[in-house]
Amino acid sequence: MTLLGDVVRWFVDPAHYQGSDAVQTRILEHAQVSGLAVLVGVLIALPIGLYLGHTGRLGFIAVNVANIGRAIPSLAAIALAIPVAGTLLGVQNGLGFWPTLFALIPLAIPPILTNAYVAVRGVDRDVIEAARGMGVSEAGILRRIELPLALPLVLAGVRTAAVNVVATATLGALVAFGGLGRFIVDGLALQEYDRLFAGALLVALLAIAVEVAFGTFERAAVSPGIRLEQGAL
Amino acid sequence: MTPGEPLIRWDWIVSHFDEFAFRFVEHVELTVIAVGVGFVIAFGLSLLILRAPRAEGPITWVTGTLYTIPSLALFALLIPYTGLTVITAEIGLVSYTLLILIRNIVRGIRGVPADVREAAVGMGYAPREILWRIELPLALAVIVAGVRIATISTIGLVTVTALIGQGGFGFLILIGIQRFFTTELIAGAVLSVALAIVADALLVLLQRRLTPWTRAA
Repeated sequence: MTLLGDVVRWFVDPAHYQGSDAVQTRILEHAQVSGLAVLVGVLIALPIGLYLGHTGRLGFIAVNVANIGRAIPSLAAIALAIPVAGTLLGVQNGLGFWPTLFALIPLAIPPILTNAYVAVRGVDRDVIEAARGMGVSEAGILRRIELPLALPLVLAGVRTAAVNVVATATLGALVAFGGLGRFIVDGLALQEYDRLFAGALLVALLAIAVEVAFGTFERAAVSPGIRLEQGAL
Repeated sequence: MTPGEPLIRWDWIVSHFDEFAFRFVEHVELTVIAVGVGFVIAFGLSLLILRAPRAEGPITWVTGTLYTIPSLALFALLIPYTGLTVITAEIGLVSYTLLILIRNIVRGIRGVPADVREAAVGMGYAPREILWRIELPLALAVIVAGVRIATISTIGLVTVTALIGQGGFGFLILIGIQRFFTTELIAGAVLSVALAIVADALLVLLQRRLTPWTRAA
């Protein structure tokens, strides 16, 4: 396969590790915008999801926000972020980092919010009643009972969000952002299949790495009490 | 955005209905083929999982990995082999439907109460009849729920295929981005979301039609 040979040569060529288009620079850009988007998404969605789950309010909206999020095509999110960024931050910021970030945040929110809501709702009501009977405050119930029990599912929501965000950050290259999508979009435009293929491999590996890392973290975050219970079954 | 240019130029929209219709047909075709082919493959693999549960691990692993790979990357990996064609688009789109569809088909059929199955066996139903006349109808609600998710996701992903020369409404979005013409990109985005909402509503109606007994409860 000559293509695979070309791709290997592309990866070992020192020229691809220098300058603004260096592989490590693109990975860093990709990780930065994705990490920031997920962080902002968590800061917005987690408190809302936990609070709604704790009180049981607005359940219909909390559950369906994930479906609405899925209906918004990622390409459309990136596209719509251009006028938003241009209007909010001035025309000079209408391309590049900001529209990419603005497009990624709304994609990160739905899975985190819905999972947090469902996870907290799913906590055994008897456990919560017992805590309330023991005089634990509402904030204490949320922090010390519901959150630890809900944590694996909450983290699963963050994982879904993170994988979606890493995938969609690739499209940032279309609005003049860097990141690993640059190699794909430029490879397409220049018909350089080695660059295209290398970029695609890097994006795929990054997404799978995020998925695996979160999966490992999720298993480690299960409260020892629950793990004991599951082991006993 | 050029200064002085309005966010949306309605006269442009009114004069481009022909193009919208063309892109609509393209978008629907790409989606229907992807979900249709995806369903046939997912159905076969689900039956395999139900018959040989050992196959579940590997099948879930492969379809899960495919699902994790970003769409643009998957299309890009295929381009050297299948080019900028509908085939490339469909291989990618079909791959993304598999995980969701298999999960729902298997979960739906496994959710059929054991006593219902036993009653069917007792009445002399052959295994094939049990599948088609007992299990599938009872699993239909869960299966259609999977088809809804797969359809909505596919309609969104079709827009990305604009980058490999397909795209439906995604073509309008891409051209809008490249020309910095907000009217066209907003039109493409809104039409794509609208298509997803309408398709979802139609599938809900279809499910009610197919499972009239769920309404009584």
